[in-house]
Amino acid sequence: MAIKENSYNLREFLAFTGAKLLEDKKSVFVGTGLPIVAATLAQKTHAPNLLIVFEAGGLGPRLPELAISVGESRTFHRAVAATSMHDVMSLSQAGYIDYGFLGAAQMDMYGNINTTVIGDHDSPQARLPGSGGASDVASFSQRLIIIIANQSKRTFVSKVDFLTTPGYLDGPGARERAGLPRGTGPYRVITQLGIYGFDDETKRLQLVSLHPGVTVEEIRENSSFDILIPKKVGTSPEPTPEDLRILREEIDRAAICLGK
Amino acid sequence: MDILQQGKGQLVGWYDPDEAREWVRQNKSRELKDKTMSAKEAVSRFVKDGDFIASGGFGHTRVSMAIIYEIIRQKKRNLIMAGKTAVHDFDILVSSGCVNRAEVAYSFGHELRGLSPGSRRMVQTGQCKVIAETSNAGYQWRWLAAMMGVSFVPSRTMLGTDTMAHSSCKVIEDPFSGKPVALIPAAYPDVAFIHVHRCDVHGNAQVDGIIVEDFELARCARRLIVTTEEVIDNETIRREPWRTSIPFMVVDAVVEVPYGSHPCEMPGMYYYDEDHIAEWLSLSKTAEGVEEYLQKYVFGVECFEDYLELCGGIKQMNYLKRREFLREPMRAPWRK
Repeated sequence: MAIKENSYNLREFLAFTGAKLLEDKKSVFVGTGLPIVAATLAQKTHAPNLLIVFEAGGLGPRLPELAISVGESRTFHRAVAATSMHDVMSLSQAGYIDYGFLGAAQMDMYGNINTTVIGDHDSPQARLPGSGGASDVASFSQRLIIIIANQSKRTFVSKVDFLTTPGYLDGPGARERAGLPRGTGPYRVITQLGIYGFDDETKRLQLVSLHPGVTVEEIRENSSFDILIPKKVGTSPEPTPEDLRILREEIDRAAICLGK
Repeated sequence: MDILQQGKGQLVGWYDPDEAREWVRQNKSRELKDKTMSAKEAVSRFVKDGDFIASGGFGHTRVSMAIIYEIIRQKKRNLIMAGKTAVHDFDILVSSGCVNRAEVAYSFGHELRGLSPGSRRMVQTGQCKVIAETSNAGYQWRWLAAMMGVSFVPSRTMLGTDTMAHSSCKVIEDPFSGKPVALIPAAYPDVAFIHVHRCDVHGNAQVDGIIVEDFELARCARRLIVTTEEVIDNETIRREPWRTSIPFMVVDAVVEVPYGSHPCEMPGMYYYDEDHIAEWLSLSKTAEGVEEYLQKYVFGVECFEDYLELCGGIKQMNYLKRREFLREPMRAPWRK
């Protein structure tokens, strides 16, 4: 994407884009890295009453700085409760989580994610961390948001090597048939090129908006599967100087997550 | 009842509930006795080669590093580790050759710091096997089932995924709703080690902040080693019993180790030692580097106090305290 180098970098833009998708007075279950930054920015701007939930038990914190881990003390700083994984996962399963927010290494057109292994499971080419809470977050949240910072033919794949975390599985109705909660599933995918949603009928990945300077051709070139392109495609909004100030001065001063 | 799907992961740590009850009856004393001992004694008494082990806390937070270093020092072998949000603990135990099998929810990564070069190398070269997959909810519900004394708990997580296909769960038709539901099997670790803020000599323990999975893990582990920042007296416990999250009768050993989670965090006390974690992440890129680290920090010292001195002693510990309370800026030496 044609980001103006001296104004903001890609990771700052992705964090901002994620933040804009979150609503005030809703809950979001966040994974490590950009999702935490995005949720914190949302809380500090348009969604002051966003309930941030961490898998280790932090409930409703006001993060004083970036949390390196989703289980550290920052995750329950000025929180409403410091509870347990059993509590948080049970609340999720019972329907209290509006948005799940995850990163991913590989994704297919139904929003299925792989974070377990590249190659064969038993003799892997590359071992990745595994599900962690990701499969749970994607199973239980009403709506799932996924960030992939490096969309390419290697990350947007026709088939994931290992289906760690459920998207729409193999298509319409598949989640419900498998026993996952009704009406749940991926909602948005954010990459360096655009914002995507999922077609209501086919449950396939569909472009929602292009980031500034990006073309539909670039979207197609950087995917191993066909992305649905609707007639009307928007342009993703850009961060204001105030958004960037908050990101740089209040959230990630050491530029650990937002560094280039 | 029809089994709709059966995960092909190895079922580790499961026992018939009656067998588990019998073990508790015979091995878990209800007597209030003094269980204090050294880390060396606790590990030699309660950790055996081939055991299924689990570590408390979460990621790099509230981890019983004193016990982990002692397991390496005593060269325990063929351990199976619960890869439940297992980060530094798992990475170092796999890299050092103590653990050669794992059931994985989250392992091989250091969260924001990146992936684990040491333990990934061990898996990619076949020296450590992933014998089952699960998720974080899956793991903590395995503890819950065992803590409850039942064979499994039902859940709706992991359905439709390869994580489920490689787990030790079974999927059946829920007899109430008629929908598919996962049965998550109980897991009783042979030994677990949990680091707490304070406890008495009997093992009545208090944790400040989130308890993560330790409420369940403490109650399902066959043997439980509690390491503590501080031993306090029983009367202090009895004045505020609502603060006790781990009661004495599930505890087998109490080990007092100030800064016992270093280089990991102790909420409300001290923050991650990023300098030390960065040194590990750098050295563990090669097998020789792992050996260098272990010689310096594990085999080259007699006890945890000596290790802390090597890590910068009181000066560094005071810095980590200030860092925990946000009086020092974040630094990330592991970033390129």
